[in-house]
Amino acid sequence: MTGDAGELPGRILIIGLGNEYRQDDGVGLYVARKLREKNLPQASIVEATGEAAALMELWQNAASVILVDAVRSGAEPGRVYRFDAGAEPLPARYFSGSSTHSLGLAEALELARVLNRLPPRLIVYGIQGKTFGAGRGLSPEVEQAGEKVVAQVLRDLGVREWS
Amino acid sequence: MKSKIIKVKYLARVEGEGGLYVKIKDSRVAEVKLKIFEPPRFFEAFLRGRDFREAPDLTSRICGICPVAYQMSAVHALEDALRVAVTGPLRALRRLIYCGEWIESHALHVFMLHAPDFLGYADALQMARDHSEMVKLGLQLKKVGNGLVSFLGGREIHPINVRVGGFYRVPAKAELAPWRERLQWAREDALKTVRWVSAFPFPEFAGDYEFVALRHPGEYPFNEGRLVSNQGLDIPVKDYDRFFVEEQVPYSHALHSRLRERGPYLVGPLARFNLNYDLLTPLAREAAQGAGIAPVCRNPFQSIIVRSVEILQALDEAISLLEAYEVPDQPAVPVAPRAGVGFGCTEAPRGILYHRYQLNDEGLILDAKIVPPTSQNQKTMERDLHQFVARHLELPQDRLTWQCEQMIRNYDPCISCATHFLKLELVRG
Repeated sequence: MTGDAGELPGRILIIGLGNEYRQDDGVGLYVARKLREKNLPQASIVEATGEAAALMELWQNAASVILVDAVRSGAEPGRVYRFDAGAEPLPARYFSGSSTHSLGLAEALELARVLNRLPPRLIVYGIQGKTFGAGRGLSPEVEQAGEKVVAQVLRDLGVREWS
Repeated sequence: MKSKIIKVKYLARVEGEGGLYVKIKDSRVAEVKLKIFEPPRFFEAFLRGRDFREAPDLTSRICGICPVAYQMSAVHALEDALRVAVTGPLRALRRLIYCGEWIESHALHVFMLHAPDFLGYADALQMARDHSEMVKLGLQLKKVGNGLVSFLGGREIHPINVRVGGFYRVPAKAELAPWRERLQWAREDALKTVRWVSAFPFPEFAGDYEFVALRHPGEYPFNEGRLVSNQGLDIPVKDYDRFFVEEQVPYSHALHSRLRERGPYLVGPLARFNLNYDLLTPLAREAAQGAGIAPVCRNPFQSIIVRSVEILQALDEAISLLEAYEVPDQPAVPVAPRAGVGFGCTEAPRGILYHRYQLNDEGLILDAKIVPPTSQNQKTMERDLHQFVARHLELPQDRLTWQCEQMIRNYDPCISCATHFLKLELVRG
């Protein structure tokens, strides 16, 4: 994992992406739901499909955005990536579109960049999944990685956990 | 030049997985194959033995772009089998959700998939660098369409509120209020879209098509009508199987359709427009005139103008439906199982979508047949390519390949529906 920890400026939006009926593809939603349970006053948490126009609309008033999604990088399951997407494009092959009907997350973010609609600060967490077949539930190593990302996001937010 | 092969392994900017192969031998087009290699999904087979109430949601899974079309054709066919008529505000709500789907599906194709072809960009992202205002506008239109589907259907992809007999929940009048202004804004955007695309450069081409679409006495067709063509076809939907036949071809996982004893035909926006021009709203008709198109439009490249006109039509229609909306007495009319056969055909964004179901007295599906628009257009796509390549043999390989791909995208093919990305091979050996 790379990147800075510390407080993010302004209104913070956390977006979990994925499809919970495609096993590990749902890890972004898992992280969003875990964070929601923490009742964080400084951040709003939403779940989204990753559709480009919807994302741009979601973050139009946000100063900082944290996106969490599953990736297929070929690395070992549970590997966590952290990208400063405001500074550089995401590796497209990690975030391939879930369908040929829509843009993948990397393309959606590039479209937003070209249209000058990226939020001032954008961090993307990618979690390598193991299985993306039909069905619910996460692989143990992916769920564990989800917990790591929850802790990392809390550090991004400057939240200290005492438990 | 004697012979060569044009080959595109995976055609980009289409929905689903497929490829294209064109073989030119002795300066003649020897072979054109639209290859659909996405695996078949056996929907018709696994519907057997399922309860009729499951069909709308199961078949909606055939497509992530036009799930409403599948739900609509399914409910109409099943209601036909069950002798149930859905009328009044419930019928109006069905038309309204269908408007949402046309808007999102057409906006996706016009802006993201097709426009880059005309303006010389590899994709919408490249195009957005120079045409950011129009791309923003397109995304906005798509969002309005998706929003309407999710408002009435519960969610934007594979909505879950449609049922045989009507809906699970219908909106209160007050819920519709914010939509009026949104749709009026979007209508302005749709007008800009028609003007924008009408100035694109269009390759010269005219096909001798038999256009097939639904025709309704008083409405630009969505949900019902007779099946008509510009060559005299005029039949009720229940006679579909008598006039249309599906065939297997060795190189494709999608069945090819043809009109018995007549051959290929064309379904979709161009067919609807040519056969129902008089039923467009005055605003949509005026926009078409302003864009310089009128029936009979035989240039498939201009389908991008027609799609834009249909976005406008759908918005205009949606506004009228909203204004006239009265909350139905009940969200759905009661339906009871009975044995029978039912037929349904509605106008998906890409053209007519036919469903037929046979039910037993418990309401279990004994047999199902589903014919999506893309499989009906396959033969016509191949014929277009054959004619186009034959007339443009002098073009350099990369230019010819580009235009072949563009030709296929004229049809906004949804390969996932047809079985089911496109790969283009142009062979000059």
